[in-house]
Amino acid sequence: MRILHYWRAMWGIIGRELLRFVKQRERFISALVRPLLWLFVFAAGFRAALGIAIAPPYETYILYEVYITPGLIGMIQLFNGMQSSLSMVYDREMGSMRILMVAPLPRWFLLFCKLIAGTAVSVLQVYVFLGVAWLYEIEAPLEGYLWVLPALLLSGMMLGALGLLLSSFIKQLENFAGVMNFVIFPMFFMSTALYPLWKIKESSELLHDIAQYNPFSQAVELIRFALYNQFNQEAFIYTLSAFVIFMTAAILGYNPSKGMMTRKGGGA
Amino acid sequence: MNSIALSVEDLSFSYSGKKALDKVGFSIHPGECTILLGPNGAGKSTLFALITRLYDTRSGRIELSGFDVKKQTRKALAMLGVVFQQTTLDMDLTVMQNLRYHTALHGMRRKVAKQRIQEELERFDMYERRFEKIRQLNGGHRRRVEIARALLHKPSLLLLDEPTVGLDVPSRKAIVEHVHQLVKDGQLSVLWATHLIDEIYPDDHLVVLHQGQVKANGAIPKVLQQTGKESIDEAFFALTQGGRA
Repeated sequence: MRILHYWRAMWGIIGRELLRFVKQRERFISALVRPLLWLFVFAAGFRAALGIAIAPPYETYILYEVYITPGLIGMIQLFNGMQSSLSMVYDREMGSMRILMVAPLPRWFLLFCKLIAGTAVSVLQVYVFLGVAWLYEIEAPLEGYLWVLPALLLSGMMLGALGLLLSSFIKQLENFAGVMNFVIFPMFFMSTALYPLWKIKESSELLHDIAQYNPFSQAVELIRFALYNQFNQEAFIYTLSAFVIFMTAAILGYNPSKGMMTRKGGGA
Repeated sequence: MNSIALSVEDLSFSYSGKKALDKVGFSIHPGECTILLGPNGAGKSTLFALITRLYDTRSGRIELSGFDVKKQTRKALAMLGVVFQQTTLDMDLTVMQNLRYHTALHGMRRKVAKQRIQEELERFDMYERRFEKIRQLNGGHRRRVEIARALLHKPSLLLLDEPTVGLDVPSRKAIVEHVHQLVKDGQLSVLWATHLIDEIYPDDHLVVLHQGQVKANGAIPKVLQQTGKESIDEAFFALTQGGRA
């Protein structure tokens, strides 16, 4: 019976998140407009400036738009992960997080459900983006659209876990601007989302090293290879490890015995 | 049912070295409505955060129907219905969707959940409005939905943290009456935090909290006798030495 309880709670949490997402149309549109702008404006502008050599998983010369697409998928998931954490900080300030936290289930499980729910939303966004890109003639092999699903689930969970971890530290909603400046932008720009590693190396060794060890780069590479029917083992192990580390730290952050919760929103 | 719905023993809690609760102890029996009376800053919200395990109990012990909140958290929380001071409803979702979310978190079967939602909403005259968004309801009706939600899984103890704050007089009166009726109807116990004396009924029990300490505890006549005063207002004033906010 206990398994059924877990099952029902998980679907309740996922259902609520999807319902909220559907009801907040502007959130959906802005999540889609951002990467599309990058694709149509930024990538189109840089097409001439950047030559991309043949490198796995690509077997021919590719347009810059094709190169940047997995990076923009990562961007959707990165923003979604941060958006989920923002909504958790908001929920905590507004109190609705408390309803989740007083449910008679282990806290790690509740956070895990919240993470799955956020990832489900991001996967939905990614497929709509891929649909629009396909109309723009940025096409991956057909099976790639299927193979990319497990990669999206793992990368979405990893970035969502990072968001959860941050939300356990952020005391107030106002502090969220800092997350934009110190987490989202550096993670995105110092990665392989926009330029391949060899290209980064040409300009800076240090930037190359940072980009190589940036978990966001690894998630993007996992997605890039999966989209072309290939499995990047190194990226998989790296992304999975990053997920485990972020999730463990987030669970500790939300555990009342470990103290971080006691620092927050005390009241009298 | 255990003979004690809530037992708080020797409970202390500090924020960065500043004591918010100091050796607090009291208990609530089934069918009792206990009013936790204290001025702003007395430690009421901290006590609630500890009972609901939002904060960790480091010193002292809390039991819900015999289950230790720290060691048997899930069993203890299953016994508890909570209405927090701030509204915890999802504004963009309907009454029904909000309540369904709660029943899912408590692992209730769909059929049972549907039936319980209908029972509780009917009890609070809100069933007809089940498909309305929370945003469309007034403050009093939102509170009714929150109390109905807290009762869906049939808890043995209902915690209410200043649930009438910000409501107009008729809504406030209706909620006070509703909750007291709930206690009369069944074996439900209530812990109601407030600083409003007119929310207290003569049969209620009283725990007066001031500066993190229990200043009085027991049935109203006992507290009046202990303080030598004739009204709760005077007794409260004496116990908190005019410290009301």
